[in-house]
Amino acid sequence: MGSTLPLNYVLMLSGIVFAIGVVGVIIRRNLIIIMMSIELMLNAVNIAFVAFARFHGSMDGQVIVFFVMTVAAAEAVVGLAIIITLFRQRQSLDPQDMQLLKW
Amino acid sequence: MSVELIIFFFLSALLITCSLLVIFQRNAIHSALALVAALFIVAILFLTLNAPMLAVLQILVYAGAIMVIFLFVIMLLSPGTPERGRPLWWGFGSLAAALLALEFFAFFLPSQVTKGQGMGAQVAEGFGSPKMLAESLFTDFVLPFEIASILLLVAIIGTVVLAKREF
Repeated sequence: MGSTLPLNYVLMLSGIVFAIGVVGVIIRRNLIIIMMSIELMLNAVNIAFVAFARFHGSMDGQVIVFFVMTVAAAEAVVGLAIIITLFRQRQSLDPQDMQLLKW
Repeated sequence: MSVELIIFFFLSALLITCSLLVIFQRNAIHSALALVAALFIVAILFLTLNAPMLAVLQILVYAGAIMVIFLFVIMLLSPGTPERGRPLWWGFGSLAAALLALEFFAFFLPSQVTKGQGMGAQVAEGFGSPKMLAESLFTDFVLPFEIASILLLVAIIGTVVLAKREF
């Protein structure tokens, strides 16, 4: 069951979604939405991995996606815990209000 | 144009729309719901790329578990003041997006790697099934698997410590 879908198209979709995630991280001023943009970028990378796994007929790419999901889950949980702690201290989700380490 | 391509373009359009909604909604809840939709579309994309097990995991782990945490945190915090605009960073953001897109498009034009051909490779029977994933996971990738379990343990402990009210 060979596929006629060109690999380039899937990679382009992955690149576009990744770029959208980057823009989200840069322009938004809400920590939670910045985290969601990071999740979007991780998903874009997953699409590329699965496409390459299909292209090469090897399972390795899919295993890496499995690990990316694990790391994303850990990252989301710890990141949100940090956001909750920050919100308790500053009553704000704006990264502009968190400049203690900025000089 | 084959059915496969039509399905792919349809999914792509939906995914890009949902991704744009994630970053351009003012309300964080709306963003989160758009992200859930985007994750579901990625799962369908996985199905079309012969990765059924990952599609199921995507829905269970991402659209299920992770997004529930996100929504929970949004509802827990829900800051009263709306987000202030950031005109200064809009230019930088669009510039970064344009540069990235340019780079990606130049890189993904038909090249030596992909030759612009279809993914014609014949895949084995049951490609992407839980069995094949597990075979790979528990033979070649057994060390990363153990490291991932330690990572999850550390994440659990870290979250409990962070979320405690007083240290």
